[in-house]
This record gives sequence, C-alpha cells and structure tokens, in this order.
Amino acid sequence: MSKTDFGPSIKSRPVYGVLTPRPGSSHLIVADGEGGAAVEALFAQAPEMKAKAHLIYIPGANGTDMSTAMAALGAGQYNRAPTYASVRSRIVKVLGDGHMGLQVYATGTESLMGQVQRDAMEAGLPHDAVQTEHRGSLARRVQCVHCKGITENVTTDPFVCSHCGLNLFVRDHYSRRLAAFQGVNIDAEDPGEVPPAEERFK
Amino acid sequence: MSLDDFFHDETFFGDYTFKNSPRAIKRFPFPFPEDDYMYSVNMEPHVPGRPGSVFEHTFDVDEHYVAEMRDRARVLRDDPLRCQSLPHMTLAGWDLLELIMESFARDYPQWFSLTKNGNQWHWINRPLNIDQKFTFLDESTLPYGPMEYITRQAQGDFTLQDQRNDNLWIEAGMVTTQADWSLDFDIGMSFHEWHAPVPKAHEMGVFDRALKFLLQLQHGAPVRRFNWTMTVDPLLDTSPENYPKWGPGKTTLTKENIGQRQHLRVELQTLFRLPRSNAIAFPIRCYLCSFEDLVTQPKWARRLHRVVRDLPDELATYKGFIRNRPLMVDYLSQFDDGAPTSPGWWPDE
Repeated sequence: MSKTDFGPSIKSRPVYGVLTPRPGSSHLIVADGEGGAAVEALFAQAPEMKAKAHLIYIPGANGTDMSTAMAALGAGQYNRAPTYASVRSRIVKVLGDGHMGLQVYATGTESLMGQVQRDAMEAGLPHDAVQTEHRGSLARRVQCVHCKGITENVTTDPFVCSHCGLNLFVRDHYSRRLAAFQGVNIDAEDPGEVPPAEERFK
Repeated sequence: MSLDDFFHDETFFGDYTFKNSPRAIKRFPFPFPEDDYMYSVNMEPHVPGRPGSVFEHTFDVDEHYVAEMRDRARVLRDDPLRCQSLPHMTLAGWDLLELIMESFARDYPQWFSLTKNGNQWHWINRPLNIDQKFTFLDESTLPYGPMEYITRQAQGDFTLQDQRNDNLWIEAGMVTTQADWSLDFDIGMSFHEWHAPVPKAHEMGVFDRALKFLLQLQHGAPVRRFNWTMTVDPLLDTSPENYPKWGPGKTTLTKENIGQRQHLRVELQTLFRLPRSNAIAFPIRCYLCSFEDLVTQPKWARRLHRVVRDLPDELATYKGFIRNRPLMVDYLSQFDDGAPTSPGWWPDE
C-alpha cells in the first residue's frame, strides 16, 4: 500500500506529507483504514516511541480493518474506535491534557486528518503542528452549504445530502475549521435534472 | 427634504419594489473602464471623489439606506450565522465601529451625530431612529457586539481580516448582500484559501500580488477596487445558503422581462487598516442597476454589450450567468451601434 497521489491541489486544500518520528514527551497517533500502514512504517523507523505512544485506530468506511495488526504494534495505549465521532471526546481530552512536547500524527482519509487538525487547532495547537500522511480512500467529508449538515465518506459526485436530501455537487473548496469540503445544490435551477453520480473520490 | 422623501420605502425580496431614481442611475458605479474585462488587482487610493458620486465620502449612504438595513435585519432573523466574529476579533470590531461612526457623523451631519466624552459615547442615527449612549470598548453597553451593532446600520457587507504569519485571515464578518459566497464556510481561512473557487486568477498571480499589496496597507491610506456580477431581480441576498430559493429565478428570464429583471451587480470594495487591532476592514458595498436603467446611458449600453458578449465562458460560468448570456447579448445589442466609447467609466455628459 503506497502513499496516495493526488491531482493538482486546489488552493484551500491542505498538503499532506509523510509521517516522520519527532522527539517528544508523548505521541498521539490517530489513524483510519489504510492509515494503519503509515503507523507501521512510523514505528519501524523509531521503535523507541512506542512506549510513549497513544494510538487510536478507526477501521475504514470502505471496509479496511487493520485493528489486529494495530493492537499488536505495542503502543503504550491503544484504542480501537468505530468512528471519529465516537472517539472525538477522548482525542480532545488527550490534546487538552498534552504537555509541551506532545507530538500529534494523523493518517488515513482526508476526513480523519482534517478532523484531527481541527480539534488540535481548537485545543490551541497551530494547524501545522499535526503531521499528516494520506493513505487509502479519497472519500470526502462534505458540508451541505444549505442545511449545514455534514455527510461523511462521500465518494460520488453528485451525491445526496444525508441530512436534507438535496442533490449536491462537491465544490473544490475546503474549510480546515469544519474539516470539510463544500456541497452545493446541483439542480436548483433545473429541479430533477441531476447528472449521473460518478465515483470521483474512491 | 425630510427623511421620508430621500430614503426609499422599498424591498429587495418578495415583491421587489427596489427602484433607482434618475439621480441614482447617473451616479451608478459602472465598473468597466474599457470595452473588455479581465481580472486585475486594479486597486487605487480611496480618496474623496467627484461631489455627488459614490466616491464623494468614505462611506456612501444613499437613497436605499433604510430599506437595505431592513433587508439585513430580515436576513439575520432567518439565518443568524451570517454575522460571526471569532473571539479575538472584538477589538477590530471596535475599530470598525469607530471608523463608521466618525465617518458618518463627519460626512452626513444632517443624519448622524457622535459625541464623545472620554470613552462615554453618544451616537444618534436619525434615519433608523437610534439614540444610543455607550462606553467605547465595553461590549456590555451595546445590544450587540461592536461589529454587529454598527454593521446593522451601514450598507454593504463587511469582513475583518486579522494579519499574522504574513497572511490575512478572514475571522469576522457581516455578510447578507454577498455574491454567492458563505461567511460561515470561509471564516478562519487564509487569503488564498477563501479565494480558492475563483477561476484563472490564481494562475495569473492576481492573489499573490493582491496579498503582498494588502499586507503593506497603511492606516489612513485606504484603497478601493470594483468587482461585479449579474443578478436576476434586485435581490441583495444571493447567498449560497439560499441558492435553491433564488436559483430558479434565473430560468424565468424572457426577451420581454429581461430589461426590468436583469441587474448588473457592482461591488465597491474598500480596504482600511485599523488602528488598534492592525486588522484590515473590508467593506463590500453592493449596487444594483437594471439593464433598462443602464441603457439610458448610451456609453454604458454599448460597453456592457461588448463586455458581456466577449467575456470568456469560464468567467461567465463562475459569475453564474452563462445560461442567460445569449438573452442578455440579444437585448443589449439593440443599444450598440458599434460607435467607439470614450475612455473611463463615467457616463458621457
């Protein structure tokens, strides 16, 4: 499993890198789906960080589940969570309790990395304090600009808002504060004329 | 002239009774100095201009003032998220309040007055029937935060940009007369991030140059530029939030109604460095003029026809009028005899 190649990045989308061990008093590592492989690579480079690592792993919405391998990595604290929403309060607590020298790593889908960055910023860390590495699915987290509801794991364009049911196209516009792309009604001017959904973010 | 004679009782929604007087048409800020259009930074010093023009004063208060403030209150009742300010932007809000109150009281003493005794301020806004005593820099003495308080009394949208790390961050705003962008989505973004959806201009380096210029903006030396788009019916609130409500209107233009219903929408954008917060205030003032009123000025009629006809498809799409461009060109071509136009955008006398 290799690092994902994106097309040319839009101006508001973050640029992702490769996780690199940094010296730190403790390490918060959050991964989903194929991001587990980036965690393995990180620990292989610096086995000494394992004991001070708090690893949170969320199986991918696409079915990828590396939790057996993650549990066996030997992190000082390990937690498997079903969704980001379910584990968010734990992550916020760890960020809030973090002392100087806390290192934060996020890897997997854009949605996962975006939410870790958002929560780290809310905890007072600068957004570039979180190391990121994209792995696996290109699924997007999209906010409906009309009802403000967020639809997770969007792989097609257009798609149906999971909150208000409008047909939305995914605008190339990304908010770090919301950790989401913008979804805009595609058939407002011609109700019912919705182009077939294409799988753009597999 | 009494207040009621100058300020129109009109709507920007529903029955759309908005109408420009002959005087308002003559002073409309027509945004095209030439017969074609492409993006540019096009900033110039915001200095007092011709008497009677929209540049005469720091802020233009015109015949639509009272009705626009009513429309803002309506939009905010429906969607309070149109006005937001991140916690560290309150001081910039006070800076903006001071700038607007001082400018209004200086330039329109018949309508506004500001009296100061130290931090004890007394503000009177006669057109809106407001008489407010408050303590400057003490939020608890106003019914809203300082930015919301004053921008409920000033035409145009306003955003406040914090400056740090050699960038500008849009971190507060009052946005109810916007050309299809969402403050709620964009708040917190850097300069290039919030401009991400604009086609072509990034590649042209427009935003790099504009940011470099703005980071150097000095207090007391504001600048201005125009932007423009097209709007069907005189609807100030063309928000993405409400697009499913106003988008369908675009499909109901006909040869018969386009003159009355199609409006050129012009933004007079000004930028001010604020003294205490070092933030930048960005008022975005929207002017609307129907095609049938615009073509009463022969120079504008000829030029608007040429601009609309020759605009690259990408820009017509971004500005949201590609579907009606053929109708627009057809209508405007009646008023273009092919004669040359004079330089600059002022109407011919």
